[in-house]
Amino acid sequence: MFRYILRRLLQMVLAFFGTTLIVYALTFAGQGDPIQALAGERPVTPAQRAYLTEKYHLDATGVGGFFYRYFDYVKNLLQGNLGESLTGRNIGDILQQAWPVTVRLALIALAVAIIFGVTAGVLAGIRRASIFDNSTLVLTLLVLGIPTIVLAPLAQYFLGVKWQLFPPTAGSDPTFYALLLPGIVLGSLSLATALRLTRASVAENLRADYVRTARSKGLVKRRIVVVHVLRNSLIPVVTFLGVELGNLMSGAIITEGVFNIPGVGFNLFRGIRTEDGPLVVGIVSVLVVVYLVSNLVVDVLYAVLDPRIRYE
Amino acid sequence: MSDFETVAATENQAARRGPSGEPGTPNQVGAANKPRSLAGDAWRDLRRNPIFWISLALVVIFTLMALLPGVFTANNPNDCLLSRQHAGPSGGAIFGYDFQGCDTYSRAVYGTRASLLVGALAALGTGIIALVIGMLAGYFGSWVDAVLSRVIDVVLGIPLLLAAIVLLKRVSSDSQWARIGAVVFVLALLGWTTAARVVRSSVITAKEQDYVAAARMLGAGNSRIMWRHILPNSLAPAIVVLTIALGSFIAAEATLSFLGIGLKAPTISWGQDIDTGRIHMREAATPLIVPSAFLALTVLAFIMLGDAIRDAFDPKLR
Repeated sequence: MFRYILRRLLQMVLAFFGTTLIVYALTFAGQGDPIQALAGERPVTPAQRAYLTEKYHLDATGVGGFFYRYFDYVKNLLQGNLGESLTGRNIGDILQQAWPVTVRLALIALAVAIIFGVTAGVLAGIRRASIFDNSTLVLTLLVLGIPTIVLAPLAQYFLGVKWQLFPPTAGSDPTFYALLLPGIVLGSLSLATALRLTRASVAENLRADYVRTARSKGLVKRRIVVVHVLRNSLIPVVTFLGVELGNLMSGAIITEGVFNIPGVGFNLFRGIRTEDGPLVVGIVSVLVVVYLVSNLVVDVLYAVLDPRIRYE
Repeated sequence: MSDFETVAATENQAARRGPSGEPGTPNQVGAANKPRSLAGDAWRDLRRNPIFWISLALVVIFTLMALLPGVFTANNPNDCLLSRQHAGPSGGAIFGYDFQGCDTYSRAVYGTRASLLVGALAALGTGIIALVIGMLAGYFGSWVDAVLSRVIDVVLGIPLLLAAIVLLKRVSSDSQWARIGAVVFVLALLGWTTAARVVRSSVITAKEQDYVAAARMLGAGNSRIMWRHILPNSLAPAIVVLTIALGSFIAAEATLSFLGIGLKAPTISWGQDIDTGRIHMREAATPLIVPSAFLALTVLAFIMLGDAIRDAFDPKLR
């Protein structure tokens, strides 16, 4: 177990340095003149140039200088010092304001996935090959296949603008009701996956020996399903939903952009549109860390919950 | 295929007897007394699966649309008049005109080419990387496998959309082919891991087979065994995975174009048109709905086709 966690941790560290190195190399290194890029169109005085060169160690050339500046970037990233966007706002401040909204949206999406996905998955798993089962399979395939850039604007148009069941956009201080439709759109993908996972897991466990034993003891079907099958079937689903929370928080770029929700993804969306390089890099760096950490937590959780995982 | 001619003859008789033009294969026509192969079983399953036929038909239609867009619409997608902005259907423009006064339907038809091209090239690139890495890892095992498997783990841990944003922001060229090449490169670079795992596991199964031992006994070298014996036998699962991947690459390209960092004008792409349509949805909805429907149908067609073939080839599901 300890070795497994250690190995997984090492893998994450490797992935962390790999991704941040790519992010860094592509955005900061190899640009013409970083000092001029910082100042934009304005002229830079020799004194300012000397100061900035000294401060960021820009005079060190070659591989050593590159890695020096790279580790500087990683250090700043780990300390939460993300610099300023082109509009002069502190990126850390922007993120601090955006996180609560993104977390709320992700939790709504997760709740949608649990309430509808797991319930329908259990029903489909119990009644395998029934009409209900087959139609949910086709429906989930449709949901899995339709990209968010189709689903989000169409939901906004039909449910928000045409039939006016939901507010079409969320605005600066979104209410729960305003976040409901984006939450459903964002959660639909997790819903479909959770449904399929639950269905497969329930169907597999229904054939297990302990279920036959329970049935031969004369237990009623409801008790067998709720007490015996569900408990064992939900292990993979719970861990999947754990990973999804990380994914939902880092993957809401399109949904937040379309529904105008002032979360992290929305700021990234806007940063890309306005070509705000520092903002994009800052947010991507943070989101990559969130994604990697949530994957690690879930992998470890999975190993703790499911003894069938081998800790090589 | 030694009995192909006799099979073809029986097929001809069958065709003369009945009007049903359903294509048959050598595996089950007139082969009642032969043991059926896995492929034959799979084909029998597939033939009765309506999802397979629907998705195959869609794939064929969209491929034709990408190759010969002029057959599906007579209008030029770049023939735009602002005076026709959001005008209703007329003169071949069956879904009316968009914000710029271009024919909505014609733009959707011509958008097929870029999407399918990016999807196919990315799938091809993915396939090549996956085959090389999966083959090396699976065939040589030991430390080669250990190193390559860790590389796969690390790349798998990189979130695709975020990495693509960073990579594509570096491409400043606006030339049509440079952008297509950049998107293909990014998708292939980040998307090969699943296929590589599939190839690796099927190579591991294949290399334990008797025919590999026989080939080695006859003096075949590593490269000959890999190329002539293992590759043909581990290709099928990889192709299925790549069909599904092709669908998701098309979706990824559209998402990147939607964000404004994928394909750019003058390339016509669904992602960009969906974005423009979305902004003006209150004035007119068809410029949003038409490219959305084209994109969703294309992605679904590839994913469902791959899904159907995989299910048919998976003996555990029988």
